[in-house]
Amino acid sequence: MLRIDDLHCGAGGRPIIRGISTEFSPGLFHVIVGPNGSGKSTFLKAFSGEWPVESGDIFYDGQPLAVIGKTQLAQRRAVMSQLHELNFPIRVDDIVMMGRYPHFAYRHGPHDTDICRQAMKRLGVLELASRDYLTLSGGERQRVQFARALAQIWDIPVAGGSRYLFLDEPVSSLDVHYQHEFLALARSLAASGIVVIAVLHDLNLALQYADRILFLKAGRIVAAGAAPEIVTPELIGDVFGVRAQLLANPFGQRPVVVYSEQLRQEGMGFGRTNVNTP
Amino acid sequence: MGNDNRSFSIYYWGLGIGLVVSLLVSARVGAVFIPYDRILLYLRHAIGGGNPGASIEEQLFLQIRLPRVLLCAFTGAALAVSGALMQALFRNPIVEPGLVGTSSGAAFGAAFVFVMGKSFSGPWVDAAGAFLLPLFAFAGGGVATWLVYRLSNVFGKVNVNTLLLAGIAVNALAAGGTGFFSYIARDPQARSIVFWNLGTLSGADWSNTGIVAVSTIAGIALSLRYAKALNALMLGETEAGYLGVRTTRLKGRILLINTFMVAVATSVVGVIAFVGLVVPHILRLLKSADNRFLIIASALLGAILLNFADMLARVIVAPSEFPIGVLTAVAGAPVFLYLLIRAGRRQQEGGFYA
Repeated sequence: MLRIDDLHCGAGGRPIIRGISTEFSPGLFHVIVGPNGSGKSTFLKAFSGEWPVESGDIFYDGQPLAVIGKTQLAQRRAVMSQLHELNFPIRVDDIVMMGRYPHFAYRHGPHDTDICRQAMKRLGVLELASRDYLTLSGGERQRVQFARALAQIWDIPVAGGSRYLFLDEPVSSLDVHYQHEFLALARSLAASGIVVIAVLHDLNLALQYADRILFLKAGRIVAAGAAPEIVTPELIGDVFGVRAQLLANPFGQRPVVVYSEQLRQEGMGFGRTNVNTP
Repeated sequence: MGNDNRSFSIYYWGLGIGLVVSLLVSARVGAVFIPYDRILLYLRHAIGGGNPGASIEEQLFLQIRLPRVLLCAFTGAALAVSGALMQALFRNPIVEPGLVGTSSGAAFGAAFVFVMGKSFSGPWVDAAGAFLLPLFAFAGGGVATWLVYRLSNVFGKVNVNTLLLAGIAVNALAAGGTGFFSYIARDPQARSIVFWNLGTLSGADWSNTGIVAVSTIAGIALSLRYAKALNALMLGETEAGYLGVRTTRLKGRILLINTFMVAVATSVVGVIAFVGLVVPHILRLLKSADNRFLIIASALLGAILLNFADMLARVIVAPSEFPIGVLTAVAGAPVFLYLLIRAGRRQQEGGFYA
């Protein structure tokens, strides 16, 4: 369980996260959505431990983040971000092995090799193992990075506690096929007991896969709750400044969002203001 | 995984044998040729077997040739490992100590001591003694490297263009300072600065070889501790952080270790460029970008290559000698240009090369 208590973060004196309190429990696939600049990625970086916290508390299984060692944290919390650019030729299996770095001092053991192989198999990149990462396509790279993150938290922690997988816009550079494959995998990992939190841009993907959705706007949580029930046209309109409707999806129980060409706000321009009436 | 201990150790053995061969070959040639059987005889004398002879040739071998060959090996190792470390830190394969200002900064610090050293007085000068030169070289190299790193590293990403420009500016500044000292220096000092700016191993003796040996071995041993973390840094600073690496601390330590090794070597042999660029590049093409491999193998290959370069420097204009820094520049600059062209091409293809 990840608990966040009145979190405030900023950059260069400008507040970005303005008091977020929430809980992420295991067994659920949590998705964070919100417009550009709402602080989604900063929020994820902050509770991952890679963004300075101004005030507030973050607890992993009741333990404050500040007292957990970096290596100790890395043994049970993996993060996958958007794009990875490397300047050196390196084999795919060496990249995946980096996920095991928090678990050994200098050289990996047979156990680590075994885990990497299984993680690559799970993501369908085992046959790429000896390829140079730089020669892969964007989608292949993304799958390799997912395999690396999975290898990092493959073992159930000896000391107890949950495992955490954070995905920062994991599907934004993938085609439709892999988007659905990725999110289905993320959801199944959540179902297996890992705390999975993803930042997504696409509301329809969020609606289709999330167990719980958090709507962020201007550094605050506007709404959070079980999906798809929490999502209403009014909420979408309020958070994103668009006119939206929910339609029944013939493929399942969860609705899809469609948008009007007419934006909710008056006049021209890209500034989004807080409009409360449809 | 493919790159395991066993497949690395084949390379270590090969390079190790290559190093021994290069040391022997290099010890043989020079102003005076010493045949292999006598080299082995003298070496046996030196480690305490048999009666040491008193021939001039043996004196020459033990007091001049042997320290020079060893100094050359340690310097080559230090420069090559420094190249590997800097490339990992800047996350860019075109970086090396000559480019990011470490060498010229160290040269500036050393030139300062050359010219102004006589006018220092006080208890701290006596205490520093023989370490005054490496100390100032370290300070100069450290400031220069830090400056280039800060200028080129914008929001955790190293911009190649800024890096090159910052390198040029800092190198020019340091070279200007060194030039100023050679201008105000009295004649013999000035000549030694100029000669030394081109790199020379002719000043080798057992005491400066010892200093470079200690700093190089210590530097390599320390940097191996950070090899795994440097691998993670390939993914980017934030990603490395997610893998448990304390990136700020790592960067500080690597800069320190690197500057330490390069500055000590530079204070003795002068500026020798491009070894740090070429060696890790060859090894990456041959085998792997894994820093655990790269650091050890760079040390070995750097020692080998610089030994052959020094041998060439002693042979081509014998009995005089050629500045070794000129040789390494002639051999290394084309490799640098090739990497630069490839970098530019990748940028055109839309890839982010920094």
